[in-house]
Amino acid sequence: MTPLLTVEGLAGVVFFGFILLIIFGALVATNAVNLIRAVCGLALCLVGVAGIYYFLQSPFLALMQILIYAGAVCVAIVFAVMLAEPQGVQRLERAHPLAGPGAFAVAALMTWGLAALALRTSWPEAAARVNAGALEDVGRAMMTTFVVSFELISLILLVAILGSLVLARRGRRR
Amino acid sequence: MEIPVVYNTLETYLLIAALLLGFGIYGILKNRSLIGILISAELVLCAASVNFMAFNRFLVPDPVVGQIFALFIMGLAAAEAAIILSIIVAVYRNYKSIDPEETAELAG
Repeated sequence: MTPLLTVEGLAGVVFFGFILLIIFGALVATNAVNLIRAVCGLALCLVGVAGIYYFLQSPFLALMQILIYAGAVCVAIVFAVMLAEPQGVQRLERAHPLAGPGAFAVAALMTWGLAALALRTSWPEAAARVNAGALEDVGRAMMTTFVVSFELISLILLVAILGSLVLARRGRRR
Repeated sequence: MEIPVVYNTLETYLLIAALLLGFGIYGILKNRSLIGILISAELVLCAASVNFMAFNRFLVPDPVVGQIFALFIMGLAAAEAAIILSIIVAVYRNYKSIDPEETAELAG
């Protein structure tokens, strides 16, 4: 426990704020009937995760999270909602009355198991660091050690662009 | 007033990741539209990234590896979202619905 009005205490308050943002966003994203509202919940949740990345000493990844996830992916999902549901959102009734409670039970069991595993394991001491993990180190490693995966991900993105163009264009002729 | 400092322990971040995974699985099982399932799948991918970053911060000697891994997960998630969204648009054109129960016919 630390006093509230210190740097550590205020950082702790901000951290709890980010956790609340994640939980609220995930609740909205999974429970909202309106798909646009669910996408907004997803964006909130992803901004919260960006804050978590900031606390994990990686401001670069926090920036990328906001740029790619909260920016690009959410906007793409909104576009799909507009293209696929032109008459507004129709309510989909659930096939089975046990679907909601069953899903909750499975998810709670999974979360409880993972949390118990994380809390019970005695993690080893941190090893000595070989560099600071700054943006410069990330860029150098990406261009030397991980250059093959870097090229592969560019190829995957290219194939994804071409594939989505072909898939979305095919239906238009009919 | 006092507040517990929890942001310097590995377990906190693992708990956050477990929570995100739980929300994602709940959404995937419960939702009745393809876009809802995609949104929940993004939560699961996020949980994986948080796990990688947590171990990267607290245990790994080279703190670059986890960041690059999380970056690649983001790139893959973007590609996956683009593909799935175009599939959803194609499914909607053929079936006039994005309910996964109605797309039960294999050959169009």
